[in-house]
Amino acid sequence: MRVERVISDENDSFPVGMRVLAVDDDPTCLLLLETLLTKCKYNVTTTSQAITALKMLRENKNKFDLVISDVHMPDMDGFKLLELVGLEMDLPVIMLSANGDTKLVMEGITHGACDYLLKPVRIEELQNIWQHVIRRKKFDRKDRDGSGSQDKPYIDSSEAAGLGNVDHNGKFNKKRKDQNEDEDEERDENGHDNEDLSTQKKPRVVWSVELHRKFVAAVNQLGIEKAVPKKILELMNVENLTRENVASHLQKFRLYLKRISCVANQQANMAAALGSVDSTHLRMGTMNGLGNFHTLAGPDQIHNAAFRSFQHSGVLRRLNTPAGVGISGLPSSGLVQLSPVQNLGNTSTYQRKLQSFVIPGNHNANILQGMPMSLEFYQLQNNRAASHVGQFPSVDNTTVLPVSSISGSLIDAGCSNSPLLGVTSNSLLLEGSSQLPTLHASNLRDSVSGFPNRSTLSDFTSIAPASNQLHGSKADIQDQAFPISCNAGKIISSAPQDWNAPKKDAPYQSNVPSCSINSLRAVNGDMAQLGQCLDQNNPIFNRNVGFDFVDPLSIKCSEGENLAMEPSVIEKEGYLMVQPSRQGIYIPDNEGENFAMEPSVIEKEGYLIVQPRRQGSYIPGNLGSLEDLASAMTKQVSIITSISCGNFFFS
Amino acid sequence: MERNPIRRQLAIMRQSLFDQGHVDEQFVQLEELQDDANPNFVEEVVTLYYRDSARIILNIEQALERKPFDFRKLDAYMHQFKGSSSSIGAKKVKAESTLFRECCKSGNGEGCMRSFQQLKKEYATLRKKFGAYFQLARQAGPVETASRPK
Repeated sequence: MRVERVISDENDSFPVGMRVLAVDDDPTCLLLLETLLTKCKYNVTTTSQAITALKMLRENKNKFDLVISDVHMPDMDGFKLLELVGLEMDLPVIMLSANGDTKLVMEGITHGACDYLLKPVRIEELQNIWQHVIRRKKFDRKDRDGSGSQDKPYIDSSEAAGLGNVDHNGKFNKKRKDQNEDEDEERDENGHDNEDLSTQKKPRVVWSVELHRKFVAAVNQLGIEKAVPKKILELMNVENLTRENVASHLQKFRLYLKRISCVANQQANMAAALGSVDSTHLRMGTMNGLGNFHTLAGPDQIHNAAFRSFQHSGVLRRLNTPAGVGISGLPSSGLVQLSPVQNLGNTSTYQRKLQSFVIPGNHNANILQGMPMSLEFYQLQNNRAASHVGQFPSVDNTTVLPVSSISGSLIDAGCSNSPLLGVTSNSLLLEGSSQLPTLHASNLRDSVSGFPNRSTLSDFTSIAPASNQLHGSKADIQDQAFPISCNAGKIISSAPQDWNAPKKDAPYQSNVPSCSINSLRAVNGDMAQLGQCLDQNNPIFNRNVGFDFVDPLSIKCSEGENLAMEPSVIEKEGYLMVQPSRQGIYIPDNEGENFAMEPSVIEKEGYLIVQPRRQGSYIPGNLGSLEDLASAMTKQVSIITSISCGNFFFS
Repeated sequence: MERNPIRRQLAIMRQSLFDQGHVDEQFVQLEELQDDANPNFVEEVVTLYYRDSARIILNIEQALERKPFDFRKLDAYMHQFKGSSSSIGAKKVKAESTLFRECCKSGNGEGCMRSFQQLKKEYATLRKKFGAYFQLARQAGPVETASRPK
């Protein structure tokens, strides 16, 4: 076995037979690269599509030692691929480009590339790339010194842990933690606890959707500042998960959050400046598309299709409509059916949907593998921007409560656009049963009903409310990158119904009204698309655009509650900003708080940033409500993120 | 050093490609990759290049027909084109692509058009030369690569 050989002959024959995955859309370059690599005696696999590459990598994490990828590719940005690979598989990635601008190279470094080569590539440069693999391996081995066979799959433990796809590779990327410490490519912090390093074999943990959800929930509960791996681990209560696993995951999460917050902050400023112009709906629609992907988990083509359509069409609309998205499978997954979820009271139904949703998602453990979701979620929270996606001013009529989709059930309430709802729910579901307060759902519902035109509710809209809907799995989902949902939930707080739910979520919301979905970065591909879809400063919630975006805020209004939140999604400079603009006063019945938060989702460079923006009278009756809002936002964002991520992952 | 007249001629042709600046060092890299396991590698790559780049050329042409010019898109296309051209060592073509991109960056539509015309010329010229070269190479039969100008 190669691994064994590697272990035994440190550097002797290692470079020989090293398995490289080469990705480049240009066939000439790809052929050249392949030949060069073969000449270096590596074992080369090539593909011209990043999506295919990801698929291959995900199929078997042990299959490759190194990835070389072009920067400019039509189906996915090379940097995004780079990040994903780094996060999910922890493989060294080398970037390749004809463009050697310092800026680009810098970006490569930021995204975690272990090297950046210029085209045309020379064989001499390729002859040394094995060093990156060895470097990682060395660290692994060091830690693993006492643990016996290195290539023994850690399947057992991982399986026991109930993780999705455990990477039982005994190869280089054994210890994520080690790698994290060692290869701090994409990690700014190296705060790993290595305590248990030598105590046990640490399987490569695959952060499945479920797991990630739990993680996020735990972190939310503790508060991002106070979240320490040990406590998180306790809260998560997952067997065979070590603190180190959590620690490394947390590290990544924080990284994302950081990234997102930068973006979010910028967006926030922008958003503030922009004001909540009409309907900036969260481009949940896009999310929906994404979400759908999640549920779809299975059909790659769907994802791809949706993904692509997202990309190309730039019309969230497409995404919103499950049909458009091509997510035929949605209905089956119950995603679309959010509408049935109607009442908040139907949490169970909704949950069921979520459940069903999640199930397919399980296959895609990868969906949430990236931290992004949690990150995003966190971002949302941290950005406290009133992630208040929920309230969409009834002004905008169109509506579709994108959020609703999330809350699925919520949307049912009013919108017949279940698809949207469904989508959202799905997304939510995917995220993990976000336990968005049902309140949210109900809120949406109400709002939804208020808008008859919501037929097209984009799933997007549901996203926001959906989060609330995810009542069932409250804790989980909340943490999940459903920042969006959170917001939705929060926003909907006005809805008396399960307002408590948001409250509960509050803990993890820790006053982060602004859900900056910066962390939605993970969404990467999707988000990027989202961003593209969004017009600059155009309210994403262009209901009229056919988004079928249900404005949860508007929905709310119908209830007579002064929810006038409009999430506005603004795409600016590649940022998808969802900024719910609140018009009027959002009065969460249960809490008696007036939230005027608008979550804004900003997608920047593929990041979905949701920054709740509060306009109008925001009366933070209690911090809790604010937090709720934040959580709602966060949820929503996370949902969006997750959706995007999911999609991204799926594809 | 070439005993065979065909080979000799091949060597001359090859040298002229370099001397006239049509190809650069990268072409040598291609040649070096050609071996027994891969006897027609250079021709394969060049053929692939012409096949694939034709598509890009077409895209650029179409883009140039739409006014006003979408410089960003044009630049993106050209970037791609430049990447593959440099991979096979097409020196003049690559230089012209760089010029084209400069024009895009500065929004010089006229310059783009002119540059593109020139680029197409170089592109076509090189293709002809390659065509003749490979034809002769096939005639010469599999042989170790000729001496390279080092």
